[in-house]
Amino acid sequence: MNVELSEDQIMIRDAVRDFARSAVQPRAAEIDRSGEFPADLVKQAASLDLLGIVIPEQYGGTGLDHVSFALFIEEIAAVSGALAVILDVHTSVGSEPILDWGTDEQKARWLPRMASGELLGAFALTEPDSGSDAASLQTAAERRGSEYVLNGTKTFITNMGEAGLYIVMARTGGPGARGISAFVVENGTEGLRFGSPMHKMGLNGSPTGEVIFEDVVVPAKHMLGPEGSGFKVAMKALDSGRIGISAQAVGLGRGALDLAVAYAQERVQFGRPIAQFEGLQFMIADMATAVDAARLMTWQAAAACDRGEDFTHLAAMAKLFSTDTAMWVTIDAVQIFGGYGYIKEFPVERFMRDAKATQIYEGTNQIQRIVIARELLRGD
Amino acid sequence: MNVVVCVKQVPDTTARKEFLPDNRINRAAVENVINPFDEYAIEEALRLKESQGGSVTILTMGPPSAEDSIRKALAMGADSGVLVTDPALEGSDAWSTALVLSRALARLDYDLVMTGMESTDARTGLVPAALAEQLKLASLTYASRVEIADGKVRVNRQIPGGYQEVEAVYPAVVSVVKGVNEPRYPSLKGIMAAKRKEIQKLGFSDLDLPADSAGKTGEKAKAVEVTPRPEKPAGEVIRPDSPEAAAGAIADFLQAHKFI
Repeated sequence: MNVELSEDQIMIRDAVRDFARSAVQPRAAEIDRSGEFPADLVKQAASLDLLGIVIPEQYGGTGLDHVSFALFIEEIAAVSGALAVILDVHTSVGSEPILDWGTDEQKARWLPRMASGELLGAFALTEPDSGSDAASLQTAAERRGSEYVLNGTKTFITNMGEAGLYIVMARTGGPGARGISAFVVENGTEGLRFGSPMHKMGLNGSPTGEVIFEDVVVPAKHMLGPEGSGFKVAMKALDSGRIGISAQAVGLGRGALDLAVAYAQERVQFGRPIAQFEGLQFMIADMATAVDAARLMTWQAAAACDRGEDFTHLAAMAKLFSTDTAMWVTIDAVQIFGGYGYIKEFPVERFMRDAKATQIYEGTNQIQRIVIARELLRGD
Repeated sequence: MNVVVCVKQVPDTTARKEFLPDNRINRAAVENVINPFDEYAIEEALRLKESQGGSVTILTMGPPSAEDSIRKALAMGADSGVLVTDPALEGSDAWSTALVLSRALARLDYDLVMTGMESTDARTGLVPAALAEQLKLASLTYASRVEIADGKVRVNRQIPGGYQEVEAVYPAVVSVVKGVNEPRYPSLKGIMAAKRKEIQKLGFSDLDLPADSAGKTGEKAKAVEVTPRPEKPAGEVIRPDSPEAAAGAIADFLQAHKFI
């Protein structure tokens, strides 16, 4: 048993930490306040090769493992949950379906531009009437010769409008999971429109909203995987996506914990720093223990993924535990800051608002339990 | 244009420093990083390489762990590294550090030697000039701009209230100030490539120096005492009754401290 990071992984973590602290942290509060997409930081992250972290070298990426990917997302999330989700969605559910299912021609067409940051990725599964019950989606893809014509509306799509490429699940056959196929739709295609960005509780700066298809013509050669396998494409993408969300939650929890630890040692009440009160010490000890456990679960899922093992339940368990941890740890961090924690001049309340989303997206934590139980009870 | 950048591994600038009984910083107790001023020198050298061709070599003297600093510079884009490490060099002062670096430089091919203006641990700022003295080269310190033209190196040398334009034929020693550029972050590809780059290791015996010329035995400067900076006293709070009184109080304060 070995839970040590390799020398490479440590260097990657330190390099991203350096970037996160010196370039991202000073901007994080303003990104949250303005809600503006931080295009310059995404570009800077691309210059550090972060956007192609799991894309193979032959397609212009660095072909690194999912543990390195998790380290990268944790470091960004420890200072900005919004930038973390922008980069996470691009790197995992936005590009991995092309890696996993794409033909050589499809990979050569999109991956180099995704690795360089020229094309930001997005993943369009959810619809207004189809969330957790993804197999009930209604966006239609009708075959016409060598093309498909897409009609329908996707919603809650991260990187909406900013992404150059959308992985879109649409119905090509009958009802249920087997009637769904996956397509790559490029931004700029006629009939592809976007709603206005939603006003979210947190993760401001990461644009979320509707992607609308009105007679959008997609070449048949832009279908990912065989016809009717779109649901499988989506579920596999979400498996590795959950490693990213889990890492994001670890980062949010750790970021808030670090702030609380520093504050507890500075804030003096009753003549001594509040960190000297056992009540606070116990809170901090519980927070640190949970964040560490969440990180280890995230690494466990990532390492299983890298070994090519079945990691569906490990990713679901990591996502469930890490995001629930991020939620209560950030709430307790606000508590440690007291009144100052409740005002926007201090950064902890942002972590709390950002953490809530992680319990909901890429499969609610109720769905994670179903995934975990199904894996355990399938009987083989 | 082959540039050798001399760097130093220092305790993280934000870390609380502890001292050993002989008044040296306890480096084992803190996280160590590349001297932030040296990152500007590395960036400047990389830019010269990009515009003029040639190579960038990183040279450092320090404990074996100083290899991490070389590795980071290689990840930023430097080509190779030289680590001078030997227990006999422990405790070297600025003069003997410069002496050791000059002997290591004698084994290298260079047109320019670059350094940061000072290190953030001892902050003497002596090594660049001492190095130029040892190498019998021109010393161009506190550069806020570096330019190569007609076989000469030209710098804007930062002085109080402005800068001097200084030039010299190279080889020469140039130390740069903070803000001369914006140092790049190492990219993932740079980190991967750095693993394949060579780091040469030299010991004291490779330098052809008398035994008493470096380390504790060679020290010309001695740290006699270390005193922590006194705690900042709490500021004075004035609560005037009216805006006019407030303006008056501010004016009095500025006048008393000779700002106006």
